[in-house]
Amino acid sequence: MVTIVAEGLSVRLGRHAAVRNVGVTMAPGTLVGVIGPNGAGKSTLIRALLGLVKPEAGQVLIDGRNVAGLDRQSVARSIAYLPQGQTLHWPLGVERLVALGRLPHLGPLSRLSADDAAVIEAAMARADVLHLKGRVATELSGGERARVLLARALAVGARALIADEPLAALDPGHQIDVMDLLRAEARDGALVVTVLHDLSMAARYCDRLLLMDDGALVADGAPMDVLTPDILARVYGVTARIERDGDVPLILPMGRVR
Amino acid sequence: MSAGRYHPLLIPGLALIVVGAAFASIFLGAVTISPTRIWAVLTGGGDMIARTIILDLRLPRMLLGLLVGAMLGVAGAALQGYLRNPLAEPSVLGASNSAALGAVCALYFGLSELHPLALPLLAILGGAIAILTLFLLSGSAESPLTLILAGIAVSTLAGAGISLALNLSPNPFAAMEIMSWLLGSLENRSYDHVWIALPCVIVGAALLLADGRTLDALTLGEEGAQALGVNLSAARLRMMLGVAIGVGGAVAVSGSIGFIGLIVPHLVRPLTDRSPSAVLLPSLLGGAALLTLADIGVRLIPSTNELKLGVVTALLGVPVFLVHLMRERRLW
Repeated sequence: MVTIVAEGLSVRLGRHAAVRNVGVTMAPGTLVGVIGPNGAGKSTLIRALLGLVKPEAGQVLIDGRNVAGLDRQSVARSIAYLPQGQTLHWPLGVERLVALGRLPHLGPLSRLSADDAAVIEAAMARADVLHLKGRVATELSGGERARVLLARALAVGARALIADEPLAALDPGHQIDVMDLLRAEARDGALVVTVLHDLSMAARYCDRLLLMDDGALVADGAPMDVLTPDILARVYGVTARIERDGDVPLILPMGRVR
Repeated sequence: MSAGRYHPLLIPGLALIVVGAAFASIFLGAVTISPTRIWAVLTGGGDMIARTIILDLRLPRMLLGLLVGAMLGVAGAALQGYLRNPLAEPSVLGASNSAALGAVCALYFGLSELHPLALPLLAILGGAIAILTLFLLSGSAESPLTLILAGIAVSTLAGAGISLALNLSPNPFAAMEIMSWLLGSLENRSYDHVWIALPCVIVGAALLLADGRTLDALTLGEEGAQALGVNLSAARLRMMLGVAIGVGGAVAVSGSIGFIGLIVPHLVRPLTDRSPSAVLLPSLLGGAALLTLADIGVRLIPSTNELKLGVVTALLGVPVFLVHLMRERRLW
């Protein structure tokens, strides 16, 4: 079980205060959505949670230990990270790419064991990419590639997963698949933190939403408490229709607030 | 990652070519010596002339061809992986040019006349200075782009130094001497050169070969690699030291030999799973084989002046490379 805590976290990128005084405790078994307008500091926040950027003030604790004091490999074993975009620099085979997820577990000269191979296979099955096994990752469609990279993150087998915009480039069907998958990970006891732009998806799937604006955490709570007309107008500058279809919340941005 | 990383015949095939090239390098040369005489020498007997030619001329030359080729091959593969750029080659960080500048200084100031080892030692010093400068220029930045830019700066500066030496050389013969060294050759090398190159190549190649995992992780970009547990600054340090020590040592004994480090990784990559780590060992073997074969070619092609190795690797290498790229274009 992994718990991630940010205490008074501030990050400065150059001269820009990207994250300002964020305090949050994220418990295992929850699916946490990070939302906010472009440039609100969402990606910087999650990168700071992983220890990829140094905080200017405050600290990040992973299971009570300061991430700044942990070596990269033990962070890598606790938290899997799916970066934004689909950076892929070599035309690797799909299976080989997913296998990269096992790197944090390998000793300097050891090879992949049968256990590793089983984890890789299972990760590919969960992300629904087993049929792409023999393909070259750079020749896949955007959506296929996104799912292969998600399988790569799952192959780490970490008890926490941080995903930066995993729905970008996915068609509606696969968006639902990915969100189902993230929720299933959370139900199984993992902590899942994901940056999202689709507010309806965020409201439907997440247990908790963190709303960022200009580097600050401006709302934190159950989705329907965060996504109020008031807050949407203030933070996104939009009017929105907020409805419920049974249990399923729908948030439809309608127009700019003038 | 054991199964299916290479084409099953790749490593044995390359090993066979390396051994074949090594033997051919002993058996073939400007002077024809019958195989029976050569065999007599190799088994500890033989006549004086054959012994001198085989043991004092061809054997060190063969060893140097293997060492330098292996180093250039593995350095090219590692740098292409690290910089995630298929155009990268061993000279990209400026170590080659700086080592060459050290050697040119030895020639220019006549130090190479005083002691035969002054040239390679100054070359190694040049390579070391390049890497030190690179450290200062690129600081603690983790982006490979900074490293490339700093490398280009160092390389250009060293290139300017070489041009300056040519410009100021007192007579055409001095300029000629510098030029012909720069073209690269393994002619008239002794065991002293082997002893200079050997430790450099072993240390350099070991540093680069050990970092395969890091290179694989970098396929996902810097943050992706860090999130997989890679310590980027440590990796960068190993890469720079490996290239500087290895390539500096290689250039010190052979002069600048281009294209091997660029071509070999591209030639072997289609026979691997294309992950950067899988290209390292085949590139080491392929580089050793290719340079040794080119050096045999240099000796056998009839010409008034012996052809320079750097010229032959470029002349033969580039067409092969182009044909290969045309076929593989799809993947770039």
